[in-house]
Amino acid sequence: MEMISKAGELIIGLMVLFGALIGALSAFGLIRLPDVYLRSHAATKSATLGVLFILVAAFLYFMIYLEHTSAKLLLGIVFVFITGPVAGHLNGRAAYRSGVPLWNKSIQDDLKDASKEEQG
Amino acid sequence: MALQILLNLIISIVWMFLHNDWSAPRFIVGYIIGILFIGLLSRFWPHDFYMKRVWAILKLLVLFIKELFVSSFVVIGLIVRPKLAIRPGIFALQTELKTDWEITVLSCLICLTPGTLTLDVSKDGRTLYIHAMDMDDAELLSQQIKDSFEKAIMEVTR
Repeated sequence: MEMISKAGELIIGLMVLFGALIGALSAFGLIRLPDVYLRSHAATKSATLGVLFILVAAFLYFMIYLEHTSAKLLLGIVFVFITGPVAGHLNGRAAYRSGVPLWNKSIQDDLKDASKEEQG
Repeated sequence: MALQILLNLIISIVWMFLHNDWSAPRFIVGYIIGILFIGLLSRFWPHDFYMKRVWAILKLLVLFIKELFVSSFVVIGLIVRPKLAIRPGIFALQTELKTDWEITVLSCLICLTPGTLTLDVSKDGRTLYIHAMDMDDAELLSQQIKDSFEKAIMEVTR
């Protein structure tokens, strides 16, 4: 029993560390990538996964060691999971609509022709 | 589908009445018996057996989580590489999905695929404009989206 408890602590600790590491890497991506769209790639995916890791680890810790099942953490996981990609989509769309240019090494732009046609 | 779930609940409540026992285990046993009966009698219903759809939803959820993992690691791999070896671009994807609900789920899934982000949906809802991190494999990406995601969503809604 002692062994299992120790191993569980180790796994939960590693999960938190991993989540924090993913979050840090996605922040690094925000600095490094050249334009809005690429940055929102980094912000939507990696940051979502990092936050999810930390929330799941906190949930497990409360459940196993403090014997308290926290429904709020579960709800938080679901909400982050649903709203992460939507926020990324809306950021990208608003940026494109207000004319933020793509990175100069971008090679294809199908949306440009389509929006021109729409405006007539 | 809602009607079948309602019938299943009624069956399990009748089961609890028969035993005069109002506990959760009795309810669960009744519910399982209800699933069995509705499954056996499913050809009398105009729609498919509803557990099929529940199973499809579960599969879609697993797909969601798997894609989130894969895409995060792909993006992190691109970020930490010393030289930025990416060629971004926007490509159009024709979709066969019709209702708003299906298209919303598809665009959420695309946002979570490795290296793609939905930028816009055309007014008639037939075309999705997707920003890809690496255009080299845009054909491959769109084929993959079509094969796995569209099929998984269609299994749920039809």
